[in-house]
Amino acid sequence: MPIFKKRTVDDLGEKKRDMPEGLWTKCPSCGESLYEQALVKNLRVCTHCGYHFTMSAPERVASLCDDGTFVEMDATLNSVNPLGFKGYVEKVAANQEKTGLGEAVLTGRGAIESIPVLLAIMDFRFLGGSMGSVVGEKITRAIEAATAEGKAVIVFSSSGGARMHEGILSLMQMGKTSGALARHSEARLPFISVLTHPTTGGVTASFATLGDVILAEPGCMIGFAGARVVKETTHADLPKGFQTAEFMLQHGLLDRIVVRKDMRTTLAALLRYMTRG
Amino acid sequence: MKNALDFEVPLIKLRDELDEARRRHQLSPSNNTATLVAELESRFHVMQQDINRNLSPWERVQIARHVKRPFMLDYVKHICPEFIELHGDRHIGDDHAMPAGFAIWGDRKVLVVGHQKGRDTKENLLRNFGSAHPEGYRKAMRLMRLAEKFGLPIVSLIDTPGAYPGVGAEERNIAEAIAFNLREMMTLRTPVVAVVIGEGGSGGALGIGIADRVLLLENAYYSVISPEGCAAILWKHRQHAPEAAAALKLSAQDLSQLGIIDGIIPEPAGGAHHSPSEAAIYLKEGVLKAIAELEKLPIPTLLDQRYQKFRAYGQFTNS
Repeated sequence: MPIFKKRTVDDLGEKKRDMPEGLWTKCPSCGESLYEQALVKNLRVCTHCGYHFTMSAPERVASLCDDGTFVEMDATLNSVNPLGFKGYVEKVAANQEKTGLGEAVLTGRGAIESIPVLLAIMDFRFLGGSMGSVVGEKITRAIEAATAEGKAVIVFSSSGGARMHEGILSLMQMGKTSGALARHSEARLPFISVLTHPTTGGVTASFATLGDVILAEPGCMIGFAGARVVKETTHADLPKGFQTAEFMLQHGLLDRIVVRKDMRTTLAALLRYMTRG
Repeated sequence: MKNALDFEVPLIKLRDELDEARRRHQLSPSNNTATLVAELESRFHVMQQDINRNLSPWERVQIARHVKRPFMLDYVKHICPEFIELHGDRHIGDDHAMPAGFAIWGDRKVLVVGHQKGRDTKENLLRNFGSAHPEGYRKAMRLMRLAEKFGLPIVSLIDTPGAYPGVGAEERNIAEAIAFNLREMMTLRTPVVAVVIGEGGSGGALGIGIADRVLLLENAYYSVISPEGCAAILWKHRQHAPEAAAALKLSAQDLSQLGIIDGIIPEPAGGAHHSPSEAAIYLKEGVLKAIAELEKLPIPTLLDQRYQKFRAYGQFTNS
């Protein structure tokens, strides 16, 4: 399956419904109508106000890696239905069809400004980026490969959390991925975690917050519990900007907010401090 | 009949009848009264076993949440002749939803940590219904490192509906507090035994649950999401929680079949709340047995087995 699939009108998702022929996308932040081709060229960032649209995993790879360096790993891992959860198999199939991806994370080896890295990139379009057995396994394998090869690992998170349909097995992926990071860290290798919109639940409460350096895209939502749950539990008004990247930065919970066009150079600059030789 | 669960009602009625028959038999013993007592006793045991065998996952969740169910500190009181509680995360506070300290467990010196719920409003305000804040997870980690330093085995007693979803918890990074524990517990150079004694609520449970042995009490549950939460997402209403509880495969039996837990610790008939002291004996023995096995292993082997245990979780195909 080619990673750099040519974008088609269908890829535009729900936005296409109110846009003639899918040529235009309306920015949910400033309301400006954006020409699709210009939006793609601008890494899916609004040319008017700087709003960061969600990005597919293949688009992300293209925006980060040196040309032709990315080689996907473990593309053949497929989800099963361990609990016999009603409708789960069909759901996975429909999401594969919709996204052209095998699962909610894309992993592989690549180079960023000639620095070899292991990459794991979550795709929110696939069942809300939720983590089940396959997502946990692919991320763990990427981390283990980085440890074995003495390389950095970079994970771009975008997830609603652990995948309910695989029950306790999904929860255990949090322990599995975090364990792999313990070994990677003991080998004194760098792990950069990049939080993108949205990163919540079991993903936030495992690898995503364990980065040696934690970056986030502007405006993205980051949290453990969803804002609705927090509100219902506490019966209190939420502080302004609650659970945004900016809120997290202000509270000292992440290192930097990085706009998309600077992500690649920022990662490379950081890695040059964090790798020997 | 206060605090009785629906499915317990016939049993409790029968027990009352039995008590009454025994009382009469003591007052004026006869062949008739003796026969009645024997008959009622036999019916009582059959019914108890029937109920036990046929409990649905949702009924077990209700037992796991029973207000009379022994909590962490109840077990500590029954099992440990000495418990020296140690407080605070050394940064911001002391979380009463997560007590921890040195203890004599049977004949062993250990570090015990766990979630603590309350039985009434006042206690629940103090214990926050067993939902810990970041401070709790950080205190737990601080003390687990202390245990490692002095070669004490760690006993982790899990009983939480989940980590607390509040503004302060988010501001102080509850997600990171849990994640940090997941990573660091994997490296603790001392045996760790975790037992879900009631509710194993998602990340809040796992945050003190990375262990060499993970055990469940017979009626405890362990789940990625609460049955109510799952029902709200799937059926758009919490009233479908019983179906969700079944679908999530969260009972001890199901978890054992999925290979997630290492053993089931039995409870007294009808559940731990029917005899906390008996439940404590089973818990004590189960933990001591696990510690004894783990202590035979050299530390590198222990760490490798712990890693492989969690590494193996997950089901998928590769084609």
